[in-house]
Amino acid sequence: MQALGLDVLFKGSNLLRLLGGLWKALEISLIAVALSLILGVLFGILMTFRNPAIRALSRIYLEIVRIMPQMVLLFLVFFGTTRVFGWDLNAEAASIIVFAFWGTAEMGDLVRGAVISVPKHQYESAFALGMTKSQTYFTIIIPQAVRQLVPLSINLITRMIKTTSLVMMIGVVEVLKVSQQIIEANRMTSPNAAFGIYLTVFVLYFIACWPFSILAKHLERKWSN
Amino acid sequence: MKKSIFVKVLTILSAAVLLIASFAGCAGNESGTSNSTASTADKADSSTADVVYRTLDEIKSSGKIKIGVFSDKNPFGYVDENGEYQGYDVYFANRLVKDLGVDVEFVSTEAASRVEFLETGKVDVVLANFTVTDERAEKVDFALPYMNVALGVVSPDSRVIKSLDELKADDEVIVITGTTAETYLTEKYPNIKLQKYDTYANAKTALENGQAAAWANDNTEVIAYALQNKGYTVGIPELGSKDTIAPAVSKGNKTLLDWINSEIEALGKENFFHADYEATLTGTYGSDYEEKLVVEGGKVN
Repeated sequence: MQALGLDVLFKGSNLLRLLGGLWKALEISLIAVALSLILGVLFGILMTFRNPAIRALSRIYLEIVRIMPQMVLLFLVFFGTTRVFGWDLNAEAASIIVFAFWGTAEMGDLVRGAVISVPKHQYESAFALGMTKSQTYFTIIIPQAVRQLVPLSINLITRMIKTTSLVMMIGVVEVLKVSQQIIEANRMTSPNAAFGIYLTVFVLYFIACWPFSILAKHLERKWSN
Repeated sequence: MKKSIFVKVLTILSAAVLLIASFAGCAGNESGTSNSTASTADKADSSTADVVYRTLDEIKSSGKIKIGVFSDKNPFGYVDENGEYQGYDVYFANRLVKDLGVDVEFVSTEAASRVEFLETGKVDVVLANFTVTDERAEKVDFALPYMNVALGVVSPDSRVIKSLDELKADDEVIVITGTTAETYLTEKYPNIKLQKYDTYANAKTALENGQAAAWANDNTEVIAYALQNKGYTVGIPELGSKDTIAPAVSKGNKTLLDWINSEIEALGKENFFHADYEATLTGTYGSDYEEKLVVEGGKVN
């Protein structure tokens, strides 16, 4: 225990503070994930349209998200909106906006890929049966696309959870920041604490992300029948 | 190093803000700068920002002050095991809060975002071991100083380096990349061979393995190192330009700045910062460095 620096974990309310930090990270990422899933599906379908204006706009959006590091987006939304518009967003809201902005674009791209990978004859058969465009999408194409989407979107979700460590830059105290605080506060008395604390953080991230993998496996198995 | 990346990020950021602002049209903004594409990011900032800060009276009537502090820089600003903010900066912050008669919300800031927090008025005061520099003083207003900071050089007891002139031609000095020590030695002593390391831990290992004659860093860092590790002495406790640490407020927030200044002067009469040192820094630095580090009443000796 001493050698790993795990004793530090049980000092005062350190463990509770770490869990509180994990909750903060999950709160931000899960709200953003929920928004991204909904908006991403809509955005993905939009991207399959052939209208050149829509294509150009979604291209620009996607490229902005790809090129801009999330950190720049965070500064942009948290500080930039105050500078330009005078809005006083709180740090959590700014984080959720940025992560949803990022997640929607990536999710949209995944949805687009999944939708266009549905064979053309599926559309043609649906139209031949007299189904309307929206009927075709919602009852034929999307259900098939969603199955392909599951593993890819789980990957995105876990990435979003892990990337929340960036929000410490705008003053949100999440799990990684708490761990740094604990390590620093004890650097005189337990110089080894870094190992034990980071190990704990690793376990916490694992616990947070694992249920999504299980869910994905479960869904894949269910749909394969 | 760190700063230059930050400046780049800021520039990209400001450019992006401008881009978005121009997409959004003149929503809510007086035009005038919108077509001056040649203006620098800084100019654009000052022209688009209205008054971002809260005056002393506004803070008092809101009943709460927001103070940006470090939350992981023991012993200056950190969080203890009960989740309470502690340290030299925080001790002072708590006194300010008490004398102002308001509640406090501590905001955990990073070195790279301190200026930005003030420029957008997201915090009222920054008390995060903020070294006064000319560059920063263009963007924020510094109050009177409350601590000294300079460079220091630590070396093994077997051969204590008391002056940089003692170094022989083949002696090397350890520095950490991106620190003021690196900049200072490169500029002022180009003949000294430097061994550069990215992290504190690597620099420490190199010194302990005897790979260099000495290690130069912020004096607070090397003093703490020598006190924790037997067999090492800080031969040069002060080197280079003496800088100070001071509270900072948003540019132009005169009422708050004046109040903090008068507070620092008044606290000098009761030797407040010596008490602060004894409460928060003695554990790390012992009492030998009290006079060197503490600035009382805003007056640098």
